[in-house]
Amino acid sequence: MPHSQLRIVIVGHVDHGKSTLIGRLLNDTGSLPDGKVEQVREMSRKRGMPFEWAFVMDALQAERDQGITIDTTQIHFKTKQRPYVIIDAPGHTEFLKNMVTGASQADAALLVIDADEGALEQSRRHAFLLHLLGVRQVAVVVNKMDKVEFSSRRYEAVAQEIKDYLAELGLQPKAVIPVSARNGDNIVSRSEQSDWYLGPTVIEQLDAFRPQQTSPDQPLRLPLQDVYKPDDRRILAGRIESGRLRVGDTLHFSPTGASAKVVSIEAWNHPEAVLSAQAGQSIGITLDKRIFAERGHIAHHQADAPTLAHRLSVRLFWLVSDPLVVGKTYTLKIATAEHRVTVEQVTAVIDVEDLSSTPGKAVRRNEVAEVVLRSRSPIALDLASDLPRTGRGALIDGNDVVGGCLVVEIEDAAAANITEVSHTVSLEERAQANGHKGGIVWLTGLSGAGKSTLAMALERALFDRGWQTFVLDGDNVRNGLNAGLGFSSDDRAENIRRVAETAKLFADAGMVVIASLISPLKSDRARARVIGGERFHEVYVAADLATCEERDPKGLYKKARAGEIAEFTGISAPYEAPDQPELVIDTDALGRSEALAQLLDYVDETLGKNSLKSEKELTYVI
Amino acid sequence: MSADLDQLENQSIYILREAYNRIDKLAMLWSIGKDSNALLWLCRKAFFGRIPFPVVQLDTAMELPEVYEFRDRITKEWGLDLKVEQCPPEEEMDQTLPPLTRAAARKTEGLKNLLRDHAYQGVMVGIRRDEQATRAKERVFSPRSLEGDWDVKDQPAEFWDHYKTRFPEGVHVRIHPLLAWTELDIWRYSQREGIPIVPLYFARDGKRYRSLGEKNITFPVDSNASTIDEIIAELQVTRIPERAGRAMDNESEDSFERLRSVGYM
Repeated sequence: MPHSQLRIVIVGHVDHGKSTLIGRLLNDTGSLPDGKVEQVREMSRKRGMPFEWAFVMDALQAERDQGITIDTTQIHFKTKQRPYVIIDAPGHTEFLKNMVTGASQADAALLVIDADEGALEQSRRHAFLLHLLGVRQVAVVVNKMDKVEFSSRRYEAVAQEIKDYLAELGLQPKAVIPVSARNGDNIVSRSEQSDWYLGPTVIEQLDAFRPQQTSPDQPLRLPLQDVYKPDDRRILAGRIESGRLRVGDTLHFSPTGASAKVVSIEAWNHPEAVLSAQAGQSIGITLDKRIFAERGHIAHHQADAPTLAHRLSVRLFWLVSDPLVVGKTYTLKIATAEHRVTVEQVTAVIDVEDLSSTPGKAVRRNEVAEVVLRSRSPIALDLASDLPRTGRGALIDGNDVVGGCLVVEIEDAAAANITEVSHTVSLEERAQANGHKGGIVWLTGLSGAGKSTLAMALERALFDRGWQTFVLDGDNVRNGLNAGLGFSSDDRAENIRRVAETAKLFADAGMVVIASLISPLKSDRARARVIGGERFHEVYVAADLATCEERDPKGLYKKARAGEIAEFTGISAPYEAPDQPELVIDTDALGRSEALAQLLDYVDETLGKNSLKSEKELTYVI
Repeated sequence: MSADLDQLENQSIYILREAYNRIDKLAMLWSIGKDSNALLWLCRKAFFGRIPFPVVQLDTAMELPEVYEFRDRITKEWGLDLKVEQCPPEEEMDQTLPPLTRAAARKTEGLKNLLRDHAYQGVMVGIRRDEQATRAKERVFSPRSLEGDWDVKDQPAEFWDHYKTRFPEGVHVRIHPLLAWTELDIWRYSQREGIPIVPLYFARDGKRYRSLGEKNITFPVDSNASTIDEIIAELQVTRIPERAGRAMDNESEDSFERLRSVGYM
C-alpha cells in the first residue's frame, strides 16, 4: 500500500525558478511521460535557447488539453519514499486569494530564492503568509547557484538573511539548500560543485518532511458542527481539532459552562463499540444528560479549558479590495462558531519588507496587520501558538470570506479594563440568608398563553413565603430600560439580551427573577441561557394558538388579524417552541391554580431549602 | 495501513456535515458510478445511516441496463429518497456544440431544470481533482449563477476548512466532498468498506468500463482487471487517463471546458 502522500507548495518571487525546479523534480524522479524531454529540447532549440526546464510545465499544459491527467494545479510525482502532490499557487491578479487557498492545504513548503538577487519582496510576503497559514515545515532553496559560481560566501549571505527574516516570524527552515535547478545540482543527486555543503538535497529534504498531524496529547477541543436526532438518540457531531476523548469522560462546553458525561461514541457500520477518538476524527457522541449544546460550542475537559474573551488581538491577512476599517463590524468564524466582532483598533500594519509596523485606520488588500477585535458575546478560543485550530479564524463580510487571522493575544475578563470586583458576600451566603437560591425563571410562550398572569401569581406566592422575588415583564421593561428599542428583529433580540442581563444581576443578588417574555426565537433564548448560565430555567407556557386568540386579553390578535400590527408572533411571525425546556406548563389543560402549583413545585425543588441542603452536605463531604 | 483513507474519510464527513448545516435546501447528485457510490456511503457514515436529503439521478434514459438495475436495488436496500430528473432531449441543446458533447450537455440542462423546479440551494457532486484538468481548479464549496456559470478566474478564498456558505439570491453552490480523493483512493476505499459497485467496472472479455457514462458516448477500455484488487494493481502502473473512454472529452480540445463553464458537473 502506498504511504500517505505529502502536499507541498512551492513559493517564491517571480523568475526565481519555481517552474524550473518543478520541471527538474519531475524529470529526475522519472515522473515525466516518455518523449517529453525530447519535446522540450525541440521547443528550446526553436527559440535558440539552451535547454529550458520551465518549458516542461508548458508542454504538460499542452498535453493537458489532450486529456492527459497531469495539470498545473496539482502535479503528482513519486520518490522511492512516497507520493507527492505539488500544489501550484500562482495567479498575479488574484494572487493572494489563490496563494492562500493553495498553501493552506500544504504539509510543507519550498521557498525558492535567486542566489544572485537574494530575498525580494514577494519572497518575504510568501514567507510571511506561510507563517500565518500555519505551514511550519519550510525549506529554502537557494537557486541559480551556477550564476554565482557556487560561491559558498554568496550562499552564506543569502542563507543568513532569509534565516534572520524567518526567525522573526518564529519559523526555522529545515534546510537551506544551494541548487541549480537548471543543471540539476543538489536536486536528486549531490553536486560536486558544492562540496562545502553538507545538508540534504531537495529530494532528501522532501522525504524528511512529515505529513501535518495534530497531536492527541494536546488539550481536547471538539467544536460542535451540528446536533442530530436520527432516532431516539441525540448525537452531537463534530471533528476533534486537538486532543482525545474517551467514553466516560466528563465534557465541559464553552461558552455555556454546561457539562455532561460521554455515554457513547456513535459510529455507523462499525461492529465494535468505539471507546475513544482523537484529533482529526469526525465523530458523534451521546451524553448522559440533556444539556443545551449547539453548533459553535466547544467541548473540552475541565482542565485546560479554552479562554472566554470579549476582546482579542489578531494578526490578519486581508483579501479583498474593500479595506478593513476601524469601527466596522464583521463576522469572525473560529472553528464552527460565528461571532459579530467590531474592529476596535488597527495596532499595526506590517511592512513585509523589514517587518516594521505603523498604526493605522485601515488594512488594504494583500496587507498583513495586527488588529484588536471586540465581541459582544463571549468567544471560546485559544492562542494560535498553543492550539492553532481553535486559535485562528476567517473574517466574513456579507456573503464573502474577506480575510483570515491568528489569535495572538487574548484579554479575558480578568485582564480587561473592566475589572470585575469580587464581592465579599458569596452567592452561598446570600442563599443561606434568604433561605433559597437566586435564579431566573424564564416564561416563554405565545401572547395570551398566560405568562403574565402566572408570573404575577408566582411572585405573590413566593413573596408570601418570605422569598426575595421580582417580575421582569416584557411590556413593563419597554417603558424604561428598553425604551429606545423598537420591534425590528435586531431590536427584539437586544430587548431580550438586556432583560437577560438584568435578570442575571437580580439572580446574582440572590433573588428569584421571573422573566415573562414571548421570546419567540430559540436563538434569543439560547443567548439568554448563556448569560444566565446554570441559574437559567426555561419554562414553556404552552397553549394553542386558537385558545390564545380566543382569550386575547390585550386585544392584540384582533389588531394583528386586521393587519394593524406587523410581525405579530403566531399570526405573521413564527413562534419556535423550546426543544428541551426545564418545565412545560400546559394552560390549555390546567386551571390557573393547578398551573401555579406545578410551577411552585418546580421552583421550590430547584431553588428552595432542599436544594441548599444537598449542596451544603456535599461541600462537607469534600 | 490506510491512515490516509481515514484522513480522507474524516475530511469528507466534515464537509458533508458543514453542507447539511449551512445550506438550507440540499440534494446530492447520484450518477451511480463508483465515486458517487462512495459519496453515498460517506453520507451514511456522516449522518448515522439515514441520508437526510434527496438523492437525484439526472437521467437521459441512455444509461446501460446494469446501471438501472443497480440504482433500483440500492435505492430499496438503503432506503434512499431518490428523485429521477428526466433530461431534455438532444434536439434542444446548443447546436454549435460538437455532437457527442451535445449529448452530454443534456445533463447540464437536466440539472438546471432540477434547480429551478425545486429551488435547491446546494447540490453535492462527487467530482475529484485528479479526474480532469478543469476539475482540479475547483473549490470545495463552488458558487454558480442560476444559469450554472462558473467564474473560474474569481473563485472564493478557501482556507482552514472555512467554506463560502452565504450567497446572494439566485446563486446555488456545488459542494465537492471528494475533491481531494484520487481514482486509486476511491477503489481502495470501496474495497476496504465493501461498497457495492456496478459490475460494468469489472473486465469481461478483455474490456471494462473505467468511467461510467451514457451508452452512446462512453466506451469500455482494454483491461483484464476483474476484481477490485486487480483494478488497484492496474491503476498503479497505467498511463492511460481515467476518462479515455469518455468520447465527449476528446471530441475537441476544449469540449469539456465548454461543458463545465456553462454548468456541467
